[in-house]
Amino acid sequence: MTDGEATTKIGEVIEANTTGFVAECYHLHCAPDFGSFVAAVDGAYEAYGVVSNIQTSSFDPGRRALARGQDEAEPEDVYRHNPELPELLRTQFEVVMVGFADSRNGAPVASSAQGGGVRVGAVRCYLPPLPPRLHAFVYACRPDVITDLTAEFGFLQTVLSTSLGAGRGANEELVAACIRQAGDGRGYDYLVRAGKELAQLLVNDPPRLNAILCRLTR
Amino acid sequence: MSGTLLGRVVGGSLSEGLEVRLDPTVSVERVVQGTYVVMEGRLQKFFGMITDVLLGSSNPQFTLAPPDMSDPFIAEVMSGTSIYGLLKVQPMLVVHQDAALPQDRTEPVKTIPSHFSAAATADAEEVSAVFGAEDDKHFYIGRPIDMNLHICLDLERVAERSVGIFGKSGTGKTFLTRIVLAGLVRQQAAAVLVFDMHNEYGWQGTSEGGKAGVKGLKDLFPGRVVLFTLDPASTQRRGGRPDFVVEIAYDEIEPEDIEMLRESMSLSQPQVESVYRLGREYGDRWLGVFLDAAADEIEEMGRSLGLNPGTLQVLRRKFDRYLVDLGFVKPRVADDSVKRILECLRTGKSVVLEFGMHGSRLHAYILVANILSRRIYDAYRQQKERAMAGQGEQPRSLVITIEEAHKFLNNQVANLTIFGTIAREMRKYNATLLVVDQRPSSIADEVMSQIGTRITCLLDDEKDIAAVLTGISGASSLRGVLARLDSKQQALILGHAVPMPVVVRTRDFGPDTYSEFQFPERTEDESPAMQEIRKTFGL
Repeated sequence: MTDGEATTKIGEVIEANTTGFVAECYHLHCAPDFGSFVAAVDGAYEAYGVVSNIQTSSFDPGRRALARGQDEAEPEDVYRHNPELPELLRTQFEVVMVGFADSRNGAPVASSAQGGGVRVGAVRCYLPPLPPRLHAFVYACRPDVITDLTAEFGFLQTVLSTSLGAGRGANEELVAACIRQAGDGRGYDYLVRAGKELAQLLVNDPPRLNAILCRLTR
Repeated sequence: MSGTLLGRVVGGSLSEGLEVRLDPTVSVERVVQGTYVVMEGRLQKFFGMITDVLLGSSNPQFTLAPPDMSDPFIAEVMSGTSIYGLLKVQPMLVVHQDAALPQDRTEPVKTIPSHFSAAATADAEEVSAVFGAEDDKHFYIGRPIDMNLHICLDLERVAERSVGIFGKSGTGKTFLTRIVLAGLVRQQAAAVLVFDMHNEYGWQGTSEGGKAGVKGLKDLFPGRVVLFTLDPASTQRRGGRPDFVVEIAYDEIEPEDIEMLRESMSLSQPQVESVYRLGREYGDRWLGVFLDAAADEIEEMGRSLGLNPGTLQVLRRKFDRYLVDLGFVKPRVADDSVKRILECLRTGKSVVLEFGMHGSRLHAYILVANILSRRIYDAYRQQKERAMAGQGEQPRSLVITIEEAHKFLNNQVANLTIFGTIAREMRKYNATLLVVDQRPSSIADEVMSQIGTRITCLLDDEKDIAAVLTGISGASSLRGVLARLDSKQQALILGHAVPMPVVVRTRDFGPDTYSEFQFPERTEDESPAMQEIRKTFGL
């Protein structure tokens, strides 16, 4: 990551498969926003995805965290009086992959002007041939990469079909959050274009379409 | 393509019409039925007409639970995607873009543009390329509804096959007929013979609303139109100067003519049979003999011919009332009117026959029109036969105009009157009919199918609409267009004289525009033959 040093690492990949990966945050409760774009960087290889789930839980899957704040005035006091907590708890987030860039053959990493192209190193808006290695570092995506990834709406299909898992709510929230992130700074027209794309993808599911549209501007 | 993009062809068929999905940028409310559309296929350009405008949705659920269109964002997203406009476009012509030809060649459509061909409104240039520019052969009849250009009729093709002008009462049939006749006379595409039932075409007619009179053909083309009349007094009262007065001799009336009047004279079957019996017995003279006979002679006549004397007596009374009373039916006439009419037609002059007050007597109109047309038909046939044998000129094109055509051409009498024959086969002898009628459904199918060009104003009776559209491809989609014409000055033209159906706002015919129809009289270059005719007829 050429100018990646400017952004701080959020975490690293601890589990990966073809369609996504799970990363653990370096700091408790410091996950990227739901629906935001992140990059798993491993040298010249970058996998891009959308944060689809954030979970904070105890390290030991058999032991749940306990309620400790009955006598405290503020939640912050719980942490101050129990300094071991950050060591016992962890924050993880799941990412659904929507694209990648691979410049391991020597070509430079894509800049925004080469978005979506087929050149080595350019941002490609489909799944990488291999998921990121474990322990690849995870950063927030650079704005120019986000622009390349979301210039066309191919990512919507991937995000729409992502299951958020049982009990974690419908994925309309994810789609809407992701479009809001992509549309940040691009104006109303971008949202309308995205909405029209959704209208075509969700032709058989008007209630779902409506649910997403309502979450885009209100 | 220079018109506004409307959308893309998404489906449909040649017979049922194409479906064009409206581009989201075009509001469905801006699209008008009857507009011409150009569809750019991969290989050729197609010309069609919008016949219907529909609202579509990508999912029926939208109609059950409409989205919240009060939210401008949702409204903007939905329009053009989940909900959209659809156009039904009837493909009509295909334009071959052949670089070798100076002008694009059009043909009736036999296939359709491929999927997702762009459809745009046709611009003025494209439309006028299809209908042809105004020239010696093409006569300006009106403008398309949403364009400022002249739609022209190919007059040669108008005269080539029979023409029908239809429309409810008061929709402008007479004006339209005047315009077409003026076109034919002006461009000399054909000689015209008008049986002018209501005295509207020869000398000043009336316009709807009872304003000032409207000029007739004789006013506009004094040198090319000859005015005949059955009722000189009436013509003179209206300020006209008839060129000839028509009279019919008894021996010109045949038993078939009487049978045709069966309904208007309320003749019974035995009475009609008696007429035929008299015809067989006395030949041409039958009517004279019968009308000359005194009461006791009729008794005697009945006995000798095996006819019921009572029937004959009734018949005689009816003849007295319906025929003798007409005034222009006479035992003997000095001048052969038919011969005069034929001479005029032969020299390319047009003839308007005014009926004066006889116009209100339907039987008089039917009788005269039939007798004259029969003789003209015979003359044309003979001339054509001589021409085929190389012994003379081809007969000039003739257009015979009749009003209330369903009285001549309905199922019961179409095969009795000469007009059925003319409609069916006189095209071969260079003569065709121009029928003006408000009940096209009453015209016999056999005749209707021979009407090549149909010009129709508003019709709202289902049967009439169906009759006008019989045999026209894509008829079902034109039905809506026809039923929604304005009740004034709008007409749908379809058939032989136009490359594709067209809705026009007919051109004005009034004091401001007479000069467009008229042309300066050219006496100096008149041929010697013409001068001869002038002298002969005292014109």
